[in-house]
Amino acid sequence: MSTTTTTDDDTGSGAGPGDGTGAGDREGGQPRGLGPLGWLRWAWRVLTSMRTALILLFLLAVGAIPGSILPQNVVSVDEVNTYVRENPELAPWLDRFYLFDVFSSPWYAAIYLLLFVSLAGCVFPRAVVHARAVRARPVHTPRNLGRMPYAATFTTGADPETVLGQARKVLKGYRIERYGDSLSSETGYLREAGNVLFHLALLGLLLALAAGSFFGYRGNMLLVEGDGFANTLPSYDAIYPGHWTDTDALEPFTLHLDDFEASFIEDGNLRGQAESYVAELIYKESPEAEEARHTLEVNHPLTVDGVQVYLLGHGYAPEFEVRNADGEVVFDQAVPFLFRETATFTSDGVVKVPDTGGEELGFVGVFLPSAAETPEGDLVSDFPGAENPRVTLEGYRGDLGMLDPQSVYQLQTSGMEELGSSPVLGIGDSWDLPDGAGSITFTGYSEYISLQTNRDGARVPALAAASLAVLGLVTTLFVRPRRVWVRATRGADGRTRVELSGLGKTEAAGNNAEFHELTTELAGRLRNDESDDNPRNPRSSTPSDPPESTTTRE
Amino acid sequence: MTYTLAGTVDETMASTSDMLIIAMIVTYAAALFLFAIEAAYGKRTNLRAGKLMPVTVGSGKDAGAAGSGDDDLDIDVNVRTTEGEAQASQSNLGRVALGVTTLGFVMGVAQIVTRGLAAGRWPWGNMFEFIVALCLVAVGGLLYASFRYQARFLGAFVLVPVLLLLGIGVKWLYVDPGPLIPALHSYWVPIHVTATIIAGGAFMVSGVAGVTYLVSHRAEARRALGQKVAGIAGRLPSPELLDRISHRFILFAFPLWTFGIIAGSIWADEAWGRFWGWDPKEVWSFISWVIYAAYLHARATGGWRGPKATWINVLGFLTILFNFFAVNYMFSGLHSYA
Ligand code: HEM
Repeated sequence: MSTTTTTDDDTGSGAGPGDGTGAGDREGGQPRGLGPLGWLRWAWRVLTSMRTALILLFLLAVGAIPGSILPQNVVSVDEVNTYVRENPELAPWLDRFYLFDVFSSPWYAAIYLLLFVSLAGCVFPRAVVHARAVRARPVHTPRNLGRMPYAATFTTGADPETVLGQARKVLKGYRIERYGDSLSSETGYLREAGNVLFHLALLGLLLALAAGSFFGYRGNMLLVEGDGFANTLPSYDAIYPGHWTDTDALEPFTLHLDDFEASFIEDGNLRGQAESYVAELIYKESPEAEEARHTLEVNHPLTVDGVQVYLLGHGYAPEFEVRNADGEVVFDQAVPFLFRETATFTSDGVVKVPDTGGEELGFVGVFLPSAAETPEGDLVSDFPGAENPRVTLEGYRGDLGMLDPQSVYQLQTSGMEELGSSPVLGIGDSWDLPDGAGSITFTGYSEYISLQTNRDGARVPALAAASLAVLGLVTTLFVRPRRVWVRATRGADGRTRVELSGLGKTEAAGNNAEFHELTTELAGRLRNDESDDNPRNPRSSTPSDPPESTTTRE
Repeated sequence: MTYTLAGTVDETMASTSDMLIIAMIVTYAAALFLFAIEAAYGKRTNLRAGKLMPVTVGSGKDAGAAGSGDDDLDIDVNVRTTEGEAQASQSNLGRVALGVTTLGFVMGVAQIVTRGLAAGRWPWGNMFEFIVALCLVAVGGLLYASFRYQARFLGAFVLVPVLLLLGIGVKWLYVDPGPLIPALHSYWVPIHVTATIIAGGAFMVSGVAGVTYLVSHRAEARRALGQKVAGIAGRLPSPELLDRISHRFILFAFPLWTFGIIAGSIWADEAWGRFWGWDPKEVWSFISWVIYAAYLHARATGGWRGPKATWINVLGFLTILFNFFAVNYMFSGLHSYA
């Protein structure tokens, strides 16, 4: 039996395969002298053929591979930059082929757009054909039922009308049509409907994703304990708006980080593994709205005004107090340091003090949350929690170069003079700078969290489309369309000859077993009918089990 | 900042669990041995017709229950099929092997339960636990296929990769039971991971049946050329039957895999702020999905059914394995619980 998309089979006189169902294997013939229109038609047929869909599906899979091997800008811009730095020869070439942006590259888009055009060209005509088939009557009973994949015959004393009446009862769930001395029945229409639903849902998913990426945005920022954030463009460390996102009219909410706690496993061989992160946020939907609280955790984002706020990571922000040569406090704040690795949270950062009244000061620092000495005498951090916080600094004096745009995590030392290194500072310790240039005190530490905001209108539609796709998929994979015909004719001996034939449109071997069960059930019912009609029949009291076939039971 | 002790691990449970896994491996090895003997030395006998077996009653008389009396209800059945009756190499040892496998399966369940009790959480949170659960599902699939489709002949073929994977798991991936990293604290995790593990196990059975199909297909082709096929290859069931079993498991696994991906993206949305970010793990689950969709298409495309479609199926399972192993170790990504 064929499972190609021909919607009809050689037995039927119903609606033939509509023109342009396109899914057959008809692309083989080369058009000769067809003219432009003919070529176009031919190209369309090729594009919407199953074989093309198959090839495009392969390309879709193969094309995704570089996207997993090479660093991708969608995943991490930093990793891409590192890769580019390490492979200066190769990287420009890779970039030329969009290999750091595979999933937004023109060639990948070409694959999936072609696939979806092909899908649309395939599925819409199929939907039309199917809509017609659903309304059509089951096909005429073929003359020769013996040619069907399953054909059974038996005789009975019951008259033909009784046979067909009982057959209607046996064919539960089938759509039945009477043609003369026979019934034609069909079931399993949902398979095709499910298939159409599945493919349309995929199309819907694509559209939802496209819309989401054009109108949404994603942004990242840091928030130190005690600090606040207002959702405006300049407040972000990085923001990735969609093509048509209006970045001047972001949702006007504000956040305030009240408290953050990270907990780590303290001993055993999982020592240092994070156990939970909890951030206490106070937020307002808009400047006029009331304050509300939210406990932000890794799997517990905040939704505010249609924007999702997620906890991405955390780190330490040591606090420093800097005095100038005159002993005046010119700097007193927490400075976020970036961690090198999560196992120890050894963190690096930069303190910039432009307003000293004299020369500008800059410091490059290392923060060790749990400082410990190795046997070699090196100072390291051996635990991510702050059990023994220590800081070491290198000082610089001169021009910070703040007029140029620069990263807050880097110190441009080209215009500066080195002041040497500090001793290891514990909380409350100070380092008096050489030449009476002032002092810096490590006064304590706060924690900060890194947050991501995300507005993606596609979330709900995409989920709906995906769920419909699963529904359609399950339907199409498990419903078996099949046809059954029953013909009852009176023979010369006065007995009724019953023919029951079945045709499955899928390759399921279970069809024949099922057809045989229909046959035995029909025969059983007729036998009981007969015995009921004939009270002298001694078997009228036997239970009405259908006769069992030893060959069809599992 | 607070610290907790990792003392939540129940040590007796942990050691029971570790003992059970060794016992399970030994049991499976014994079953594999028995299955292999059945496959190599059993008698080739007919399988009963069933859901996946053709009904080849031919045109013979199929007597109904009411054969007596003047009411002759004999049913004359004619089934058109080019397929012969399904046969497989069978012996009583196979039945024993099935029992032994069932015993191993029960140990596997106990192992996972005790490990869950030891760690005080659902027991599939790291690579070792994934592999063990995946193998449990594959063996479960084998048992199901044996009872439902009489597909005991797959035993030797399924247990080979199962034992390999369990060996790799115990030798290289083992970690002591313990709590999870915060990103895994979500009820979507058990849902997502369970779905992918079950689908993965079913893909495994399907892939194994596919490989068996390819062997059987070649054997049949050579037989058609008049060559003799020696060894197990010549005693395999018909390729049609193997193909149907393989397809069956994909029908089950593919929607589940689809669901697993959706559940995973719901979780990703909650945990990382985006439901799809082309993280390597996501890329490879997408690749597997596309390849299995291609397999289903290939079966409906002229000229692609049979060995070609089956190769796609095998390729699909290789991508699943690649996703399980390589992606966790080779690439950096958010899914790094290796
Ligand atoms: C490009 C155009 C496409 C065409 C022409 C096409 C055609 C078809 C056809 C004719 C079937 C029915 C097969 C059968 O009845 O057994 C089918 C089934 C299916 N299609 Fe597509 N399809 C296309 C795109 C896609 C895409 C993009 C996907 C998903 C990645 C997909 C996934 C499926 C699945 C999973 C089935 C179920 C197979 C089955 O019923 O056994 N299709 N497709």
